[in-house]
Amino acid sequence: MATAAEQWVLVEMVQALYEAPAYHLILEGILILWIIRLLFSKTYKLQERSDLTVKEKEELIEEWQPEPLVPPISKDHPALNYNVVSGPPSHNIVVNGKKCVNFASFNFLGLLDNPRVKAAALASLKKYGVGTCGPRGFYGTFDVHLDLEDRLAKFMKTEEAIIYSYGFATIASAIPAYSKRGDIVFVDRAACFAIQKGLQASRSDIKLFQHNDMADLERLLKEQEMEDQKNPRKARVTRRFIVVEGLYMNTGTICPLPELVKLKYKYKARIFLEESLSFGVLGEHGRGVTEHFGISIDDIDLISANMENSLASIGGFCCGRSFVIDHQRLSGQGYCFSASLPPLLAAAAIEALNIMEENPGIFLVLKEKCARIHKALQGISGLKVVGESLSPAFHLQLTDSTGSRDKDVKLLQEIVNHCMDRSIALTQARYLEKEEKCLPPPRRRTGESRAHDQGGGPGCAALGRVLGPGGRLPRGTRTGLWSLPCDLGEACVYLQGGHRAAWVWTAPNHEEDAGYF
Amino acid sequence: MRPGLGGCCCRRPVRANGCVANGEVRNGYVRSSAAAAAAAAGQIHHVTQNGGLYKRPFNEAFEETPMLVAVLTYVGYGVLTLFGYLRDFLRHWRIEKCHHATERKEQQDFVSLYQDFENFYTRNLYMRIRDNWNRPICSVPGARVDIMERQSHDYNWSFKYTGNIIKGVINMGSYNYLGFARNTGSCQEAAAKVLEEYGVGVCSTRQEIGNLDKHEELEKLVASFLGVEAAMAYGMGFATNSMNIPALVGKGCLILSDELNHASLVLGARLSGATIRIFKHNNMQSLEKLLKDAIVYGQPRTRRPWKKILILVEGIYSMEGSIVRLPEVIALKKKYKAYLYLDEAHSIGALGPTGRGVVDYFGLDPEDVDVMMGTFTKSFGASGGYIGGKKELIDYLRTHSHSAVYATSLSPPVVEQIVTSMKCIMGQDGTTLGKECIQQLAENTRYFRRRLKEMGFIIYGNEDSPVVPLMLYMPAKIGAFGREMLKRNIGVVVVGFPATPIIESRARFCLSAAHTKEILDTALKEIDEVGDLLQLKYSRHRLVPLLDRPFDETTYEETED
Repeated sequence: MATAAEQWVLVEMVQALYEAPAYHLILEGILILWIIRLLFSKTYKLQERSDLTVKEKEELIEEWQPEPLVPPISKDHPALNYNVVSGPPSHNIVVNGKKCVNFASFNFLGLLDNPRVKAAALASLKKYGVGTCGPRGFYGTFDVHLDLEDRLAKFMKTEEAIIYSYGFATIASAIPAYSKRGDIVFVDRAACFAIQKGLQASRSDIKLFQHNDMADLERLLKEQEMEDQKNPRKARVTRRFIVVEGLYMNTGTICPLPELVKLKYKYKARIFLEESLSFGVLGEHGRGVTEHFGISIDDIDLISANMENSLASIGGFCCGRSFVIDHQRLSGQGYCFSASLPPLLAAAAIEALNIMEENPGIFLVLKEKCARIHKALQGISGLKVVGESLSPAFHLQLTDSTGSRDKDVKLLQEIVNHCMDRSIALTQARYLEKEEKCLPPPRRRTGESRAHDQGGGPGCAALGRVLGPGGRLPRGTRTGLWSLPCDLGEACVYLQGGHRAAWVWTAPNHEEDAGYF
Repeated sequence: MRPGLGGCCCRRPVRANGCVANGEVRNGYVRSSAAAAAAAAGQIHHVTQNGGLYKRPFNEAFEETPMLVAVLTYVGYGVLTLFGYLRDFLRHWRIEKCHHATERKEQQDFVSLYQDFENFYTRNLYMRIRDNWNRPICSVPGARVDIMERQSHDYNWSFKYTGNIIKGVINMGSYNYLGFARNTGSCQEAAAKVLEEYGVGVCSTRQEIGNLDKHEELEKLVASFLGVEAAMAYGMGFATNSMNIPALVGKGCLILSDELNHASLVLGARLSGATIRIFKHNNMQSLEKLLKDAIVYGQPRTRRPWKKILILVEGIYSMEGSIVRLPEVIALKKKYKAYLYLDEAHSIGALGPTGRGVVDYFGLDPEDVDVMMGTFTKSFGASGGYIGGKKELIDYLRTHSHSAVYATSLSPPVVEQIVTSMKCIMGQDGTTLGKECIQQLAENTRYFRRRLKEMGFIIYGNEDSPVVPLMLYMPAKIGAFGREMLKRNIGVVVVGFPATPIIESRARFCLSAAHTKEILDTALKEIDEVGDLLQLKYSRHRLVPLLDRPFDETTYEETED
């Protein structure tokens, strides 16, 4: 019944359609079309589309004024005019035409002008020429490179070593070879610039802990552990690294390696150790901070150091187990994509290693000298020594900062110039203030600048004299050195006991040197 | 083809023309009618029309990969991958012996140090042909080189040195473009003298106390060599890029980088914190579009205009053998007020009638390039890198370069080698030796490239580029080519993924002024033989041997219309 009724309705509707007036049908037809148009047309725009015309684009291009490629540098920028060293930068040095005792370079063992090293380098030069004309992969591997890697591995008692042609590039390439995006790196606040750049290149998550503060590191590791428990799947693929320096370039302090190793196993994080300053300095045989603390080198996943300080050559190396090191031969950017180390520099490094192996006594001499200098530097009014007594690089800080970094730098420069007048070559430690911000150890960012001083004992004693009670340090507001380091200017003096200087120290046969005592 | 990308259009060349590889636009090859006619006549001959920007013909070719070869190459990788999985399976169940080093027992429960695929590739593909790389040599890397023979008894997992030396291998791999890798002669003598006086190290940075008089001398010389106001030298070519680009640009700046730029440029760009955009290799249309869009639309999100735009290009691209279209790049950078950073690692010394690199090659003004970067490793037979430019730029770098502040300066004997070789190139040593070397290299390049093309190999790059890539394509042929050539006493460089796109494996020859015609002829004969043996002559174009074209304007006019 229902269907019949419905049919009836339909018939009625059709009939009504016939009967309806034409104007009505037309009107309804238009309405229907209108609805369809509304349905299918795009939603109306809130604003007119703002496509730029070609002319407008051209105007914009015409208008745009870029910043200059580099901002202008004032003529008296402290870092613009370099000291010019004429002749070899060894124990005695001619800086800006003035003959000085060199307390400003990292020639810790005095191997820079060692005749044996020179002879080895010369022999290599006569055999191979200077350059290698290729990266390691493409006929840039020389037998000397293989020898040097072998020797370094043996010296450090590790399975394998790999050499880079530039000290800075060593750790900066090694870190991103392992640590990738998403991995976590725990790093000391005072880490040197090369580490900072390596971390930046790795694009990993970076967690900074307070300088040498193991409690702070453990706090971060614990936090991470909690995080991992929340997301165990992610934790299974997140590598963890601890990056520390043996002796810190920026502070002259030593890292608490035994505690670090304990934390490593507890929290399963690998340790990368940068030993540029401690290699060839610490330990009975100069093997660095592992030997100093008596820690098995196998507990450290990767050790990197440059050959530009103690070995007095150029380049750097990484050593560790083959499982770790070998990976860099395909993934270390500074290794794969750069020309290899000139063979003469490798030969010089081998000979320097020979000397280190044959005379383990030189490390003892260096150590004694460092301790003595450390002591001697204590009494200077207005300057405070920062760093361990066994570090060959001492940092002298102003005890009374003038309050501004620029003024501190000027003051330190005065001190350096003053010493230079008295034939002692020192230098301020240079930093890129803006760049260092990315990993700022606060004390460094402020007024710190280090005069770094090299050459061994005599200079420090002289420095003491120069800056002694009669030093020209203006009085500033006295602030506690350790409590408020941020407000302090810091001058760091790197003291470096040269091989030759060692002899001078023990038996001052050098007229000039002798004069200092 | 994108319409409206500034004046001229980039026509994707038709397959039959063979200007393009892998269907990607390699370049703005605008075929002129003459070239079209030439193509019709079965020649490959590419001519560019650039409104008179070029003073010499710019002939660059990237013949397309034949379809069959491409398919076979993929099949090859497929087979390798299958076998890789099979062998990994066998290794897992200890059926096959594991050679690779493993994690310490104490650290087994640490998160694994490596990603799986990385290792898969190394273990199963690279390891099979590892003997073609890192071949240790024990002589000067000159025209002929002595290679230490090594053997592997465990399928390349470890090598043993037999103690034999393969003497007098023809060296087609070193970047010894001008032949300054020598252990005799003026350079060596000068370097030896400095070595005895200064020692090898410096033990300090430039800003502290490692700025020797030698460095100052070198920098003055480099500046006058390049024809710029000032220059600065650094200890490592790679680091010159990666440590100075961050000093020049930073957040809010834009870097436009060629897709095939060297790893050091890429790293430098990344470290700078600037936004990076990539343009197609040597493709000016792509570059112009990016420049235009960058200026018109500003920074993403903040919509502020960019602070500055830096274009990163290389003089010669070391894997493609192509030369940058510098006249066009300079025109674009002027039009859009961008800055230009030119990496002349491979081109300095090796290009141009006076060896001043790609700027000299095109007869341009060095003033137009904002940052002239290059290395001393290649043509000068030393190591290190430099940056040259306006005095303000160099002053800024002296105060702000990461390298000057934190890295040890150049070794004095190395500096001396650069100084002596550079003076030789400039003719300041009173001989014409440098000039002869430059000419010799140019002749060698033309000759070698032409002969290889005539043999029917697919050769990439510019006809004036001393970097000559010969396409191998298939993974198995990488190893076979390297080994066969060494058997015939020729050392070549072979490259595969990841240095190249996966199917474009190649061998690369680097020509040198030290190569004599006899050496080149011997090498060519052997390459021909190996090419037949391995069926490497993929080119489907009959190349009509061209006359050796001299560097003059007449040929230009001929080819232009």
